[in-house]
Amino acid sequence: MTDVAEGAFAIHPMDQFVVKRWFCHDDPATPLINECTQNIHWYDITNVTVWMAVAVLVITLLMVVGSRGRAVIPTRLQSVGEVIYGFIHKMVEDVAGHDGVKYFPFVMTLFLFILFSNLLGLLPKSFTPTSHVAVTVTLALIVFLFVTLLGLARKGIGFLGMFWVSSAPLALRPVLAVIEIISYFVRPVSHSIRLAGNLMAGHAVMKVFAGFASMAVISPVAIGAVSAIYGLELLVAVVQAYVFTILTCVYLKDAVGDAHH
Amino acid sequence: MATEAHEAAPAWHATGMPQLDITTWANQIFWLAVALVVIFLVLWRVALPRIGAVLAERRGTITNDLAAAEELKQKALAAEKAYNDALAAARAEAGRIVAKAKADIQGDLNAAIAKADAEIAAKTAESEKALAEIRAGAEQAVSAVALDTADAVVSALGGQADPAAVKAAVAAALKG
Repeated sequence: MTDVAEGAFAIHPMDQFVVKRWFCHDDPATPLINECTQNIHWYDITNVTVWMAVAVLVITLLMVVGSRGRAVIPTRLQSVGEVIYGFIHKMVEDVAGHDGVKYFPFVMTLFLFILFSNLLGLLPKSFTPTSHVAVTVTLALIVFLFVTLLGLARKGIGFLGMFWVSSAPLALRPVLAVIEIISYFVRPVSHSIRLAGNLMAGHAVMKVFAGFASMAVISPVAIGAVSAIYGLELLVAVVQAYVFTILTCVYLKDAVGDAHH
Repeated sequence: MATEAHEAAPAWHATGMPQLDITTWANQIFWLAVALVVIFLVLWRVALPRIGAVLAERRGTITNDLAAAEELKQKALAAEKAYNDALAAARAEAGRIVAKAKADIQGDLNAAIAKADAEIAAKTAESEKALAEIRAGAEQAVSAVALDTADAVVSALGGQADPAAVKAAVAAALKG
């Protein structure tokens, strides 16, 4: 009985984030060591691989198979794809400016990957790549390096002018330049931690409440809470994809837009 | 610890944050790169041009349809105007024909009246002439009767009537 009671309280909210080999079974002889999580090589097929592949398939289904008919009067799937296309295209155009539109496929790739990783991660038993800092930092660094290199390529040394706030009094400019440079390099940190943190926290909270559901007394409250948080997490999944994307557009504007300082 | 419980649920659990286990990063970053490249190629080469083309085509279709609708509206307005013009022209023509017909009728009427008047005048003149003849004939008959009567009266009184004197006397009496 005490074991059952212990099991009831055994909430392990972080287990869902463990990266493990997909074609692998635990060795029952060593219950305290999970062989599937040990010595993972970069080429191993893991749950990360599988859920990213699912995201790729869903995106392909939505954007390619959905638009297969090229219908002027769209089918449902096609119009979902068109709505996303129009939404992100307008965002890039409005935020990054007219010159940013040619980087629309890049922005769309980020948005769709993050959106579907987030949403698929909400399926029970699934894995959420975007809850991992390794993934989000990589994404943020891709954006950071892309924007920086693009800015230097397009504007040359003039790109550094964005750190020199010409509208401020001359005495303040060096100070502001230091602040601007620090804020520029902090961008990928906030950009990535915001996404991973939101996803990880939401999923962990849901797991904790789900763990409480095994206690009969509070299970109705716990299940209600899980349902409510699930709704909230759906919102977070979409909003965080949106936030990441719009920040990408804002950064892109620095590289392609007119100097605004 | 009960082994049954462990078989149902594994005893192994994550410690700390799996996100910070750097041994898995290479794997995640590699597969992320693969996924992003695949998504990017699919979107860039296939999906986005296709959807963009569909949206452009739809915009074009809508614009064309609106233009066609506008054109048809203009045509309808033109047709209505032509109809109204034709109606007005027809009304004017009808008015003109009515006026002309009235004028013609009036002319015919006037001619007929004039002709009738002339005929009436001719008839009147003829009648007056006949009347004058009758009157003249009557005067002659009266003088002849007066002559004869005077002759008879003179003869009855035993006189010998002088025709010339009787004629003059009767003429004088008729004049008187």
